[in-house]
Amino acid sequence: MQIELVYVPIDAAAVLSGVKAGEDGAVTVFDGIVRNNTKGRQTRYLEYSAYEDMALDQMRALGAEAIQRFGVRNVAMVHRLGHLEVGETSILIAVASAHRGVTFDACRWLIDTLKQQVPIWKKEVFVDGAVWAPGEPFPAEIALG
Amino acid sequence: MRLEVLFFGVLRDRFGERETLAQFPGNSVADLVRYYRVIAPELGELWSSVAVAVNQQYSRASAPLQNGDQVALLPPVSGGSFRNIHAD
Repeated sequence: MQIELVYVPIDAAAVLSGVKAGEDGAVTVFDGIVRNNTKGRQTRYLEYSAYEDMALDQMRALGAEAIQRFGVRNVAMVHRLGHLEVGETSILIAVASAHRGVTFDACRWLIDTLKQQVPIWKKEVFVDGAVWAPGEPFPAEIALG
Repeated sequence: MRLEVLFFGVLRDRFGERETLAQFPGNSVADLVRYYRVIAPELGELWSSVAVAVNQQYSRASAPLQNGDQVALLPPVSGGSFRNIHAD
């Protein structure tokens, strides 16, 4: 399992070749990229920051849970932090297994769950100002209650 | 008790990266959130949406704090890439 936070461009080909092995029949990849606008407001660049130790712990736990829950063989999750330009990859998730169905399911679950609970934040810098992305509400099991 | 408090996202713009509270008078996570809410009421709705991690574990409002804990105040997260549905 490859779980990383990086401050340099993500080498998708290297992640992909690292995640798969001879017994795999499928790899599903999610490549999340920086969009050029938010509702028409033109984005210049993004700044990602994280509670790094906790984010890595959470990502490792999610990877392990995906393997157990979906029965996939291997998972790679790499999130980039710092300054990202439009079109660059912010997150790469790759899931490998013998059969494709579970790799799609696990990949979708990983990105959806990461987005809700892994402590990473995005600041969007527009041509006319900057805002912290509002984020999604925390799930009930994480919220203060 | 002595606490190390970490701030992230929009809270970092308001409070900086971290601070040490040498003699925090409260006992629980809820007390700590209330303490900062009083300092920065202008953050409004954000205070009802924050999560708190104590020593890197998400914790409930009722969770007790102990001397030396590292407590992080976490606004709703926005990692990943695609547009979230609550953006305005």
